[in-house]
Amino acid sequence: MEKTASKIIVIGGSAGAYELIVEILDHLPTEFSVAIIIVLHRNSKYETKIETSLSKRLNRNVISVRDKLPILENHIYFAPPGYHTLVEPDCIFSLDISDPVQFSRPSIDVFFESAAAVYGKNATAFLLSGANNDGSEGLKALVNNGSTCFVQKPEEAVINTMPLAGSLVSEKVKVISNQHIIDYFSQLM
Amino acid sequence: MAELKDSNELSFAEVEEIVFLLKNVSDFDLSGYTRSSLKRRIQRIMNLEDMDMVDLKNALINVEGFQQYFIQEVTVNVTEMFRDPGFYNKLNKDIIPYLQTFPRIKIWSAGCSTGEEVYSLAILLKENNLSDRAFIYGTDINSKVLDVAKKGIYPIKKFKEYSDNFNAYNSTESLSNYYTARYDAAIINHDLRQNILFSTHNLATDQVFNEFHLITCRNVLIYFDLKLQEHVINLFYQSLALFGFLCLGTKETLMRHDIMENFKLIDKEYNIYQKIK
Ligand SMILES: C[S@@+](CC[C@H](N)C(=O)[O-])C[C@H]1O[C@@H](n2cnc3c(N)ncnc32)[C@H](O)[C@@H]1O
Repeated sequence: MEKTASKIIVIGGSAGAYELIVEILDHLPTEFSVAIIIVLHRNSKYETKIETSLSKRLNRNVISVRDKLPILENHIYFAPPGYHTLVEPDCIFSLDISDPVQFSRPSIDVFFESAAAVYGKNATAFLLSGANNDGSEGLKALVNNGSTCFVQKPEEAVINTMPLAGSLVSEKVKVISNQHIIDYFSQLM
Repeated sequence: MAELKDSNELSFAEVEEIVFLLKNVSDFDLSGYTRSSLKRRIQRIMNLEDMDMVDLKNALINVEGFQQYFIQEVTVNVTEMFRDPGFYNKLNKDIIPYLQTFPRIKIWSAGCSTGEEVYSLAILLKENNLSDRAFIYGTDINSKVLDVAKKGIYPIKKFKEYSDNFNAYNSTESLSNYYTARYDAAIINHDLRQNILFSTHNLATDQVFNEFHLITCRNVLIYFDLKLQEHVINLFYQSLALFGFLCLGTKETLMRHDIMENFKLIDKEYNIYQKIK
């Protein structure tokens, strides 16, 4: 029986984040009790087949979020391009097609804010490489709701704008190296 | 660094208070709407209007016209002509030939917002010489977007994207054959507007009003919880002629609903279903 995840890890990334995300997924243990939810900026007109190719290669549950999917343990979810992804209080996803926020849909801010409201201290967030400020507002909401927040060490990011902005949100946001990020995920339980 | 606390951050409990209040003082029932989206939209209205919870409740009860305004702003009306070009391709290739066999074709675009979807369907019908035999009903809960739909006049700057969509759907023609540009406006051609009726209809509370061969309800169910979805899909089922088609948005599905057994899946990517019993 697949169980609803009581803890989630959320990852936001944009330009330059994809390679690290793949590396993270490559290092995951066979089973883990959280759900991993990834919001990566990508163009909706060229819907990439990231999920299907990763799902095949890694032989695990890598899923593109659809309307009202439950958030399950040991699953990896990607926010689909062209929609905002939100988390509902009963721990299922919902989608929203309202205007892009800071030119982004999915918006990392929108997703992080809703994850913060529902999961609070049971959420852990990572903000990775990117060329804009998306995610900072979301980190603020996560910090305020007791979530643990990390940003990729800006010096190691392909493009440092996003993690740099994120690191300035609060002292509670921890800066973390690529190696430590990968270690974190490889030690997931 | 100071800890930045958003003092007016709305809680889910406060969202419930607003839903409950609105249900009691108006005809609008948002009980079945997804809470995270409602929370965001209500928060947005409060920020726009510089209101706190007390102000908002007061306005919903006492300010003339505010309930209507609230519904307009709480719903998401973003739309495009030929959104998901592949969907219109599929309609054109596989569904239209089937519909052609009916003497009259009745279409319902439910949650049509400002009408772009309706005019896209009208273009599809025209291309297939079906305009005279077809009738399209465009409905929405929000009367303000329907006013825009009825006028058929849009900001020309939106037509760059609409043309890209159209070209992705059909590269041999140009969308400009279907509208007239005047200053910064695009005016939909008059011959496209024959046999179209726009009218308010609330999917959560209103009834069946006609029988249809094709129903499109795209990017509306994402705002409804599974229970309200069930209700609305039942309404569609009852409104469809036997062997009529139901088209949902690309991320929406009938699969999680029992009523699926009365439908046949026609297209998995674009979520097109046919009523088979
Ligand atoms: C995002 S738009 C979708 C427009 C178009 N179908 C498309 O896919 O581009 C959603 C529409 O659903 C409408 N809507 C929301 N709740 C409704 C209800 N209870 N009954 C009818 N329409 C509703 C909104 O007013 C809005 O115009």
